[in-house]
Amino acid sequence: MSEGFVNVGWVDNLVEAKALTKHFGSFEAVRGIDVEVRRGEAFGFLGPNGAGKSSTMRMISCVSGRTGGDLEVLGMDPATQGPKIRARLGVVPQLDNLDTELTVRQNLQIYGRYFGMSRARCREKAEELLEFAQLSDRADHEVEPLSGGMKRRLTIARSLVNDPELLLLDEPTTGLDPQARHLLWDRLFRLKQDGVTLIITTHYMDEAEQLCDRLVVMDGGRIAAEGSPSELINRYATKEVLELRFQPGAEKPDLARFADRVEVLPDRLLLYTPDGEQTLAKVHEQGVQPVQSLVRRSSLEDVFLRLTGRTLVD
Amino acid sequence: METLRASWFGFEKTWTWYRRNWRATAVSSFLTPVLFLLALGLGFGSQVQSTALIGGVPYLQYLAPALIVVTAVQGATFESTYPVMSQFMWQKSFVAMVATPITPAQVLYSQVMWIGSQLLLRAGVFVGIAALLGAAAGPGILLAIPLATLAGLAFGAPLVAYSATLDKPDAFTNIFRFVLMPMTLFTGAFFPVSQLPDWLLPLVWLTPAWHGIELARGATFGTLGVLPALGHIAYLGVLVAVGIALGVKFFHRRLAM
Repeated sequence: MSEGFVNVGWVDNLVEAKALTKHFGSFEAVRGIDVEVRRGEAFGFLGPNGAGKSSTMRMISCVSGRTGGDLEVLGMDPATQGPKIRARLGVVPQLDNLDTELTVRQNLQIYGRYFGMSRARCREKAEELLEFAQLSDRADHEVEPLSGGMKRRLTIARSLVNDPELLLLDEPTTGLDPQARHLLWDRLFRLKQDGVTLIITTHYMDEAEQLCDRLVVMDGGRIAAEGSPSELINRYATKEVLELRFQPGAEKPDLARFADRVEVLPDRLLLYTPDGEQTLAKVHEQGVQPVQSLVRRSSLEDVFLRLTGRTLVD
Repeated sequence: METLRASWFGFEKTWTWYRRNWRATAVSSFLTPVLFLLALGLGFGSQVQSTALIGGVPYLQYLAPALIVVTAVQGATFESTYPVMSQFMWQKSFVAMVATPITPAQVLYSQVMWIGSQLLLRAGVFVGIAALLGAAAGPGILLAIPLATLAGLAFGAPLVAYSATLDKPDAFTNIFRFVLMPMTLFTGAFFPVSQLPDWLLPLVWLTPAWHGIELARGATFGTLGVLPALGHIAYLGVLVAVGIALGVKFFHRRLAM
């Protein structure tokens, strides 16, 4: 880092956490994690409910204090410079907290005021964001009757009112229908292209694969693995997966010798193998007759299963 | 200065909401006192013989300054309970605010500012209506506007703090029934507290309503000495300060844990 940049607070790592912990009474929500988020990347926290993702996000968004360890956000310490950091962050909470009795436009303008922006600037910014969120035709409608997808888009638009350098999204598409999700992803891609650094928590693998350059898998308050989606898949899964479905309650055959690894789920066997079709052929040769078979590419779901022994959404 | 600015933005939000929704609150805030003034002051009051105990003034005029205080305390109670809880739990607007540079303490200040402004507005309208109905004994009743606001905040500020600790609104009903209702009826608004049994008086002296009524009535009729007045103001001021201090603590606990 050159000296000239120090004064304007330019840092390469927007988030740096070392041995970060968060306790609530005797409950340890986050148990010592190391995280680095680089400028311009989309970084993901992947994990099931209760993994510590949201607690971590609350610490990074400088709302909730840390119990232990070090944390720097935008090169500053949240414990002492919270308001100053928050002025440069955008936060999309897990649950919408829009002012539902105000109009769409008023929500954006009021939020701009929270950042100390002038009224004129707020009006101008609101116009721009209405366009971005494709809500211009609803600008003067009350928020309450809007659809879930529209509310979500408004929440994201609202988080951009201060032109944040770092945008934190806590499960941005949970509860949305596929069409609404794709529209949202598209907006997030655009932001990324504009140079906004994104941090996303999710328990959807497809979302993480679509959006994240790099991610960590969290489980029980710890980081179980870190890397890009493809790195993680290469490291923890094989190229392909053969899924064999059996009659409920039926005894599942031992097929360990046909695959690098076998995962036993209540209704299925997952065979991790470089070539799914070939493995399926071998299994058939042995006279094993599953009700259904499917060959697919490995996904982050498989990584997660491998690391935690559980499926993600449980 | 920064704190005042940030709190102002929170105030602005509620003001924006109010501009859209004031009609819904207008009934409770303006119409109710008018009805009370008409029914109790003009109607019931016409049957009440003025005595030396109430200063020999017409009952309507005796009642008016106290009713301003009682209305303020009631208004403060409503504003400090459900709307506060809602902004933590249902609307979650407080949660949204602390994701910005605004701090939990500033959220609290903005809320107290808002309640104070509402009380000022209502008390002002009340004085205007009282004057129209001939219930204002003199210009001193104008002082009842800030005094009633102070009394309202003395009950409202601690209540805002308390509301920040709750997860469900059940306790509010009990406050309305067992605190607000007796405080409305037995703190000197409708009859002198000297008519109450002696053992009850210490309890009356604890209520912000009684201090507010003493102040408002004293200011209206010019019957209150400087020292007692300062004493009442100091007591109410301490309640506001304690309420705000607790509020800062509980808002932080609620929003920043």
